[in-house]
Amino acid sequence: MFSETVFTPLFLPELTLLVSAVVVILLDLFVKRKWWLAAVSIAGIVVSAGFAIAMWGGDSQSIFFGMMAVDNFAIFFKLLFLVIAALVILASTDYVAKFARFQGEYYALVLLSALGMMLMAATTELISIYIALELTSISLYILVGFLKDPKSTEASLKYLLLGAVASAILLFGMALVFGFTGQTQLGEIAAAIQSLSLSGVVSSPGLMLGIVLMIAGFGFKIAAVPFHMWVPDVYEGAPTPVTAYLSVASKAAGFAVILRVFYSAFGIPSWLSLDWMLIFAILAAVGMTVGNIIALTQTNIKRMLGYSSIAQAGYLMVGLAAVSFLWESSYRGTVTGQGGLLFFLASYALTNLGAFTAIIAISNKLDSDLIADYSGMGKRAPLLALALTLCLISLIGMPPAAGFMAKFYIFSGAVQQGLLWLVIIAVINSVISAYYYLRVVKVMWLGKPASATRVPSSIALRVALAISCLGVLVLGIIPGFVMKLAEMAAQMFVS
Amino acid sequence: MVGLEHYLILAAVLFAIGLYGALAKRNAIIILMSIELMLNAVNIAMVAFSRYIVPLQLTGQIFAIFVMVVAAAEVAVGLAIIIAIYRHHKTIDATKIDLMKW
Repeated sequence: MFSETVFTPLFLPELTLLVSAVVVILLDLFVKRKWWLAAVSIAGIVVSAGFAIAMWGGDSQSIFFGMMAVDNFAIFFKLLFLVIAALVILASTDYVAKFARFQGEYYALVLLSALGMMLMAATTELISIYIALELTSISLYILVGFLKDPKSTEASLKYLLLGAVASAILLFGMALVFGFTGQTQLGEIAAAIQSLSLSGVVSSPGLMLGIVLMIAGFGFKIAAVPFHMWVPDVYEGAPTPVTAYLSVASKAAGFAVILRVFYSAFGIPSWLSLDWMLIFAILAAVGMTVGNIIALTQTNIKRMLGYSSIAQAGYLMVGLAAVSFLWESSYRGTVTGQGGLLFFLASYALTNLGAFTAIIAISNKLDSDLIADYSGMGKRAPLLALALTLCLISLIGMPPAAGFMAKFYIFSGAVQQGLLWLVIIAVINSVISAYYYLRVVKVMWLGKPASATRVPSSIALRVALAISCLGVLVLGIIPGFVMKLAEMAAQMFVS
Repeated sequence: MVGLEHYLILAAVLFAIGLYGALAKRNAIIILMSIELMLNAVNIAMVAFSRYIVPLQLTGQIFAIFVMVVAAAEVAVGLAIIIAIYRHHKTIDATKIDLMKW
């Protein structure tokens, strides 16, 4: 174990991203043409993704004395975060003109928070999980306040205060888990829990309290319902590209870390995993219902998508509740909760990014986020409106978009685990959600345009939008390839 | 004889006071201080657990040091944001910073 050197090539994706963030900050001092910064960021992301792809498919390895795992699960998420960061950077090349002086910092912070998320998916030890989580969060607090107008700073303050309380609660949970097991490494925590030979929830209330507090802390990151109060305000106030980033990347990172922690540390004995799966099932049911019902009344499109993302977190938690611990030969070929969850995260990322990219372009022109102002957008910007329509259809979960296959996989995984009641609630919720998503579509295509001027958009933004929409369609029509990757990534848990 | 329980009770009480302050206070700086109190409660629990449960390892102490460092970074960002808030709203009363409501 101690034969490792300090430097390992398995850490190259993260190192590349770190170096490119520093280079971007320095370059900002010297270059006049700011698109160079975006180009360097994208280049860093591509190189980092190249390193990550080269590691795909290998055996699970552990680096830095058991602090980080390099396995397919981590690489799947690393690639997902890199794709998200690249699309966000492409989509924000227009928008950054609003913060004239700090473009280098903007791109560097996007890269650094992506680095934090990559670490979140890979770390297997409580201290490093906390550091990774805070690296992500602190970068995001700053990004949310980047516009420096009253709304943006207010959103940033709310996010920071609530986020800090959530991470304190998470830490207290970690302290209790550490105290009752004496370990911080996830695998050793699992071994310690087994050796305690507990018999039920009441046999170690302290440990159970620790686990519950950790669910609360992570629940904040994924916007699960009792911890969702920050979402609408932060989504409305933050710069739109940051909202897009926050809504997909930070949520995906939260799910990655939850999957890893709860699977590897609290997976056995089975009564323990059944307990937290039940908690996630209840959070899922409450989350989608609350998110969808409040979203019905929203008039601001960013705020509406905020509530919609609370509801989507509910659907995603159906996957957490349906995590399967079996990987026997009879199970091979069927969809498990975690495989469906990874697929859902990928499709949700592309869908929401597409929707927000279209919103960036439209609201840049309109200078308004009100749904009513989108009236007649089908005539003023047919392609943007078409892309937004596709993404909204995907969010409802209708074919041929990716959202349909994602919901299909995650719900069928849940049915296999005997969670029929949860799936029924989720399907009813999908029907409710169609109302507010389709309202936007109706306003865009049937409303009267307020003026006849076209809506301009830059080439970078169009590329980002095209990639997202293409991804949504590909995942919806031929989901097999990505689903196979997701299943491979999920297998890493069941050895 | 002071034992592990005493430290844990102290940690729990401090954590509860901090959580109360974070939820009930109006001044944004007091809220930040309350959050610091919660983090320090965590540090006490960590170090106490480490001393009594695994006395031969320093896991808890190292965890506490990392928590302090991260908390310092968080407060630096937090104070910067509070200054930005003050410039716009001319107040740091959390109940008056309410441009966005559902």
